[in-house]
Amino acid sequence: MANLRIEHLNKRYGATKVLNDINLNIEDGEFVVLVGPSGCGKSTLLRMIAGLDGASGGDIHIAGKLVNALAPAERGIAMVFQSYALYPHMNVRKNMTFGLKFTGVPPTERERRVAEAARMLRLEELLDRYPRDLSGGQRQRVAIGRAIVREPAVFLFDEPLSNLDAALRVSTRVEIANLHRMLKSTIVYVTHDQVEAMTLADRIVVMNRGCIEQVGRPLDLYYAPANLFVAGFIGSPAMNFFEAKVERVESGCARVAGAGFRSFELSAPSLEVGDLLTVGVRPEHLGRGADGPFAVEGVVELVERLGESSFAYLRRADNRLFVAEVRGRQTPTPGERATLVAGARDVHVFDASGLRVSTQNEA
Amino acid sequence: MSGKQRARSFSVHLILIAYSLLAVGPILLVVMNSFKMRSAIFGAPLAPPDATTFSLIGYQKVFRTAHILTYYSNSLIVTLVSMALVLLFGAMAAWALTEYRFRGSTALALFLSIGIMVPIRLGSVAILNMMRSAGLNDTLTALILVYVAQGLPMSIFILSEFIQQIPKDLRDAARCDGVPEIRIFFEVVAPLLRPAIATVAVFTIVPIWNDLWFPLILTSSDTTHTVTLGVQQFLGQYITDWNSVLAALSMAILPVVVIYVILSRQLIAGLTSGAVK
Ligand SMILES: Nc1ncnc2c1ncn2[C@@H]1O[C@H](COP(=O)(O)OP(=O)(O)OP(=O)(O)O)[C@@H](O)[C@H]1O
Ligand SMILES: [Mg+2]
Repeated sequence: MANLRIEHLNKRYGATKVLNDINLNIEDGEFVVLVGPSGCGKSTLLRMIAGLDGASGGDIHIAGKLVNALAPAERGIAMVFQSYALYPHMNVRKNMTFGLKFTGVPPTERERRVAEAARMLRLEELLDRYPRDLSGGQRQRVAIGRAIVREPAVFLFDEPLSNLDAALRVSTRVEIANLHRMLKSTIVYVTHDQVEAMTLADRIVVMNRGCIEQVGRPLDLYYAPANLFVAGFIGSPAMNFFEAKVERVESGCARVAGAGFRSFELSAPSLEVGDLLTVGVRPEHLGRGADGPFAVEGVVELVERLGESSFAYLRRADNRLFVAEVRGRQTPTPGERATLVAGARDVHVFDASGLRVSTQNEA
Repeated sequence: MSGKQRARSFSVHLILIAYSLLAVGPILLVVMNSFKMRSAIFGAPLAPPDATTFSLIGYQKVFRTAHILTYYSNSLIVTLVSMALVLLFGAMAAWALTEYRFRGSTALALFLSIGIMVPIRLGSVAILNMMRSAGLNDTLTALILVYVAQGLPMSIFILSEFIQQIPKDLRDAARCDGVPEIRIFFEVVAPLLRPAIATVAVFTIVPIWNDLWFPLILTSSDTTHTVTLGVQQFLGQYITDWNSVLAALSMAILPVVVIYVILSRQLIAGLTSGAVK
């Protein structure tokens, strides 16, 4: 059980900066998920926490101890790899006990831990099999079991479910959540999957190009993204963005107008006339019946039916596309003209530098 | 299979059969004739031994007149020890050169690959002088040292290729597990290299066992001769004792065949399947 503190962490490969001044505090027992586009440095950060890659600068503390100079095994971490990385010439039991030999765990204790992990992960019947005779999901469970028996202070997962099929991914996700509940250990988890991130995380860290864009609880990121990048990254399909400008300011109330949508009032004291803004609205917050300050009109071009809802792609007046989620059986038909409305709380406003503009509507 | 495919497969097999006959023919001839009387060897060299021509005279002579068992064990010692050292040091060097980046690692790899291109025999005179001044002249140690030097570059080259194919996650997982580097090499990497090691072993053994040159220049007494050199004493300037030559040669072929059969079982690829998806 341990907290994890990362301070001013940098990583360079030659001239390319892969991680740029990362600062992150992870509490004891917290489940933190790293998300971000491919190549943004998630795996690199994880490998540096593990001690597999050295830092170009900065400090990593695990359980209050500076671990910069420690080997992976001395840091009290266990890592689960995307490729599982099971030892192919050892059976499941050996895979789990192999590492314990070197850390001075006596044989009886090893057996006890393997038995417990096997029970927890339903691996009892598989202990004498070799990795090549296991299915993908079983291999993944063995890989997790190998991490559990080390009884680490911090678990590190690098996209552990991305090689599994959709159904298995859901069930393994639930298992990982259960595992965290039982073990109460600190977990750092990298994923590409938004649902995984939203459902598993206590806090999500959104990364972009080697920097942290925002750290927050899943719903905070969803309802109050700190900047344009997070707003566009969290949520699927992505948030719709509209370019806008402040036309008028009267006693803290700004009138925002732009191409393609009806101008509306916004109570944001920080805005001044002429400020360029980006207005963002999530597809699921655009509705036909609802009433609110934000309204946009468009012609339906394409409809994707998902069953419980549909995504309608509409072309608005300035000839750009936006997406709206339509619930229920009544799906819009292409060619139809529709006006969609969003409530005040669901309208996000960002200034010219991409940062969130706080509005009184949120309160 | 369509007719065209069948014709294709037939012609491919025809070529392969012809090649096999060409390769195996001389060996078969040697073994066959070693069991015949001298007159039959020359009278009908292509005929297999039958009741009238069968004779073990060659083998009897070899065992009686020459130190064949000494030669044999010399050859075995030299070959097996060289092979073991080439494999051990080759795998370790390949691991070091592929896994660790250190100052001069590229230069070192380049230097070692030069050894593949330059035949070691070019250095015969220097080697002879070196061995003489080191007091190793006429010892098996001298032969082993030379053969290890001869076999290392190629084995490092081949094993490096194979080591690069072992998923990097596997070594990282072992590091996270707290396995010491040396154990990672011997207990995680080496077992996965088995097919490669078998290949390298075959490539190493055959030239060493068959070598005539270095035993010729580095050994001078009966106690250090190897089989290939020992056979030469039956080849005289005026008379050649063909019975003995063929018998000794047949015996010299045997161990190579045995070792090859043993190792070829190990040449099973796909051992890594299941490690990563
Ligand atoms: N050894 C290396 N040398 C140079 N650049 C590297 C090296 N390893 C990684 N990088 C670069 O570092 C960046 C971050 O890589 P990383 O693997 O951490 O990305 P990621 O966020 O895990 O991406 P993905 O989601 O695709 O796994 C990438 O742009 C990559 O090209
Ligand atoms: Mg990655």
